[in-house]
Amino acid sequence: MGFRVLKPGMLTTVQDLGRYGYQSQGISVSGVMDVRSFKIANLLIDNPENEACLEITLIGPTLEFTSATIIAITGGDFSPTINGKPAPMYTAIYMNKGDILKFASARTGSRCYVAFSSYLDIPVVMGSRCTNMKSITGGFKGRKLQADDYIGFRIKRRYLPFFLSRTLPPEDFTKEFAELRVIMGPQSDMFTKQGIDTFLGEEFTVTSEFDRMGCRLDGPFISTKNGSDIISDGIAFGAVQVPAHGKPIIMLADRQTTGGYAKIATVASVDIPKLVQRKTDHKIRFRAITVEEAQKLYLSELEELGGMRKIIHQPCKEVLDCRLVAKRLTTLFVKEEE
Amino acid sequence: MMPNIKILTEGDSSILIVFGNEVSPEINRRISATIELLKNQHIEGVIDMIPSYCALLINYKPEITPYAVMRKRLESILAMDVKSSVSSKHVVEIPVCYGGEYGPDLQHIADHAGLTPEEVIKIHSSRDYLIYMIGFLPGFCYLGGLDERIHTPRLANPRLRIREGSVGIGGSATGIYPMDSPGGWQLMGLTPVKTFDASREVPILLQAGWYVRFVPIDEQEFERIRELVAKGEYECVVHDEEVE
Repeated sequence: MGFRVLKPGMLTTVQDLGRYGYQSQGISVSGVMDVRSFKIANLLIDNPENEACLEITLIGPTLEFTSATIIAITGGDFSPTINGKPAPMYTAIYMNKGDILKFASARTGSRCYVAFSSYLDIPVVMGSRCTNMKSITGGFKGRKLQADDYIGFRIKRRYLPFFLSRTLPPEDFTKEFAELRVIMGPQSDMFTKQGIDTFLGEEFTVTSEFDRMGCRLDGPFISTKNGSDIISDGIAFGAVQVPAHGKPIIMLADRQTTGGYAKIATVASVDIPKLVQRKTDHKIRFRAITVEEAQKLYLSELEELGGMRKIIHQPCKEVLDCRLVAKRLTTLFVKEEE
Repeated sequence: MMPNIKILTEGDSSILIVFGNEVSPEINRRISATIELLKNQHIEGVIDMIPSYCALLINYKPEITPYAVMRKRLESILAMDVKSSVSSKHVVEIPVCYGGEYGPDLQHIADHAGLTPEEVIKIHSSRDYLIYMIGFLPGFCYLGGLDERIHTPRLANPRLRIREGSVGIGGSATGIYPMDSPGGWQLMGLTPVKTFDASREVPILLQAGWYVRFVPIDEQEFERIRELVAKGEYECVVHDEEVE
């Protein structure tokens, strides 16, 4: 009961919302990079908000299912196929024993999420199922997936009501530019006025040094008053460090817990997904907002997600169209017979 | 509120409390005491706290406690008298087998200091080190107070793999590697104690605000303790001592 990894892809890991409560001991939070796509994948199949999923990066894996389940795929478009036929994204999909789920490389975005209604059989370590590769802790053996790995399920396939309604409009990951709203601080007072103007006024470019730990940007020099070294302190998700070289580094899911570079600003939670779905050479601009505005945006996103949950729990309009119902039912019967 | 304390935003889900701008045991004790207070007061929505040399980062859920409310709660807690709550010093003994294959750089440290290896061991193990903060690796302690006589520059060429449990010196700092890791510190010994073990109920042995005391052991004792550790039966000796 589970799936076998035929090809692992570039970086496929088990993730959830992260391991909080242990940063004072030097253990990073880890967890998903794109929280929004992760939450939508889980909500499409009525999973708990924090249920562990697969995070797929740039080049996707090939998985063979050894039992039936229901999945949902969200995030960047990796041209997923099931037994060679295109699989819909942002839709609950029945998977049957023997089905091959294959991802190509990222056509849009750079990360994609797969949620499983049978729940991944991954032990909870320090309160989370997420993978911390540096500590070799949590997730599947504390590492990224490899060929021949087998991940089991915790439960059998569940019944999901309103199955035909479980589809949402796919999100747009085609843009090569992102405006990131930031909250200034905590160490913005270490930068010159010119440095702040550069940060908020100029365009930056995503470099190839972009991984789960952080994203280095290239661009004009951001000047400080007296250097950018601080006495090391804690680092939040999305904090923008500017080391002595004057180029911003945005700290992401696998960030170390503490660091010694001044943080000019921190990206608003709702805009982190925009950054982590970008690729090398894409352009970034920053715009300052207040912490109150950022929290308002965050709360409206939670409301928006609540709205999605309502949409997928209503009887499907297609039910009124016999041909469409017949079409969808046919696909189900074909699979059940196998 | 105590003077010089600043409450700063670090994004929409974290607040950074800055207690000062220097590395001092007094500021560190204040931070430890504040953490105790915050735990006792239990502010809803707080999901993690990261203490460092002179600051405390608080991660919280804005949907449970929004910024303005969180800030007010923190201000009132910071206004409380925190000094009285820390009256003892918690010392954990870490047994270390110094020199030989356990500490390949001990002779170098001694040569650099113009001392004998025995003198280096004596100096290193004769004082308690305050754990200012934990970071870099799981359970990696930033220890303060290394005797100046045995300060030793890092290796010019860092080792690709330093054994878990290695005790070393890097410049003016001393510490224990909680896991195999690359690193440039001068290695003086090895402890059989695991400062990080993900499979243990409490994975991290040491906490910021505590003290470490290194206790020299020989190879037989090292093996004895190592076997107990493997069986999960070893407990470090701890002392709670009064502080003035």
